[in-house]
Amino acid sequence: MSEESCCPPQSTCCSLDAAGGSTLRAPGAEAPAVSTSLTFADRFGACRVRLGIGRNNYKLEPGLYRVGSPNDDSPVLVSANYKLTFDTLRKNLQGLDCWLLILDTKGINVWCAAGKGTFGTAELLLRIEQAGLARLVSHRQLVLPQLGAPGVDSNEVARQSGFRVVYGPVRASDIKQFIASGFKASPEMRRVKFTLRDRLVLTPIELGSVLKISLIAFGVLFLINLFAARPFGLFDIALYLGAVLTGAVLTPLLLPLIPGRAFAWKGWLLGLIYTAGALWIIGWLTQESWFTPESWLLAAGYLLLLPACSSYLAMNFTGASTYTSPSGVLKEMRLALPLIIGSAAVGAVLLLIKTFKG
Amino acid sequence: MALTYLKNVSTLALDTDKCSGCARCGEVCPHAVYTFASKKAHITHRDRCIECGACALNCPDNAITVNAGVGCAAAVITGWIKGTEPSCDCTDDSCC
Ligand code: SF4
Ligand code: SF4
Repeated sequence: MSEESCCPPQSTCCSLDAAGGSTLRAPGAEAPAVSTSLTFADRFGACRVRLGIGRNNYKLEPGLYRVGSPNDDSPVLVSANYKLTFDTLRKNLQGLDCWLLILDTKGINVWCAAGKGTFGTAELLLRIEQAGLARLVSHRQLVLPQLGAPGVDSNEVARQSGFRVVYGPVRASDIKQFIASGFKASPEMRRVKFTLRDRLVLTPIELGSVLKISLIAFGVLFLINLFAARPFGLFDIALYLGAVLTGAVLTPLLLPLIPGRAFAWKGWLLGLIYTAGALWIIGWLTQESWFTPESWLLAAGYLLLLPACSSYLAMNFTGASTYTSPSGVLKEMRLALPLIIGSAAVGAVLLLIKTFKG
Repeated sequence: MALTYLKNVSTLALDTDKCSGCARCGEVCPHAVYTFASKKAHITHRDRCIECGACALNCPDNAITVNAGVGCAAAVITGWIKGTEPSCDCTDDSCC
């Protein structure tokens, strides 16, 4: 763990009180206790992570933890050492007595880590061994998050450790009910969703990274302006930022409402509507239409460039979505990427011609 | 919800002869692709499959094959640039 970590494992901000003073030397007694309520610091940290600030050090020490006062009969839940995952989990374990086996996923959530294989068979077997789980509990069952399944070969785990893997529900909020109903998940609990709220939470990170790149573009525009007959102004910047918002925020939010299936298409469609509308409004505000022979270069340039930007950003949101397959994304990209690049390039050239000719 | 992605792209395949009907695939699948009838698994909603690979990895009879990976455009681009398989090397929650 890096020295910059906002949350070293023993600090109180994680509400992990090391069970140091305990006189009980039962197996697992040295496992740190976990609080099931979140502090202000936890929530504040979560907001920072969502906004993409200080993201990389948000992890905790892997290993065994205990919730409540578990014994050798208590369930063992497995999770990742990403603090947001851990917080969501423990918040939902109120009133339960269980063991938590935290895998080292390098501070990445279960789903992504399973895709990479860090939430995986080998790591799980290692932690079972290190925690002495076989001596700690009398049963032979592990509850894994269902979203960890792409990384874990449960048959191999059973063969090597003797522990049978049961996959728990997708959402931590269903855990209690899952345990109460005898480790059975309803079909509803097994389905991954992609709600408006899910999508909203995911947009700031993408927006942040685009805006960083955009600063470079603004720098280039500034240089161009030194030689321009028609310098770029605030209108141009506002137009561009609008296209970014359309692709990176509006398209994800309106996803189910936009006709079509491919993300690039959806982004392009909204981008086109946005650009045409914005040009019209700006023309109306400034009392000079952009669709006259004198400014057609500008209008055409933007109509080619901006929807392409929105389209690209929307396509990037496939990574955040929960229902896209790699084959589908590849198919979409092979078709969309050349069109996006071509359209943006022609649009940029038209804009530059206008800029230097005036 | 009406969110469905492209049609007929998933590489998912099931060898019904090998399947023992244990229903593990249905347990791990996040998009309810499978249904079960006459002691066998059936791919009922192929277009919902996101090729996560969970079912294939966890099937005790190796009855399932799928070209597993992450459905992420940024990962594909990273793969093209580095000349590797698409891999999601972003460290944040928005990836994969
Ligand atoms: S996991 Fe394999 S054996 Fe079990 S039901 Fe699914 S396909 Fe059949
Ligand atoms: S690859 Fe994933 S989404 Fe597709 S059927 Fe298997 S478990 Fe379901």
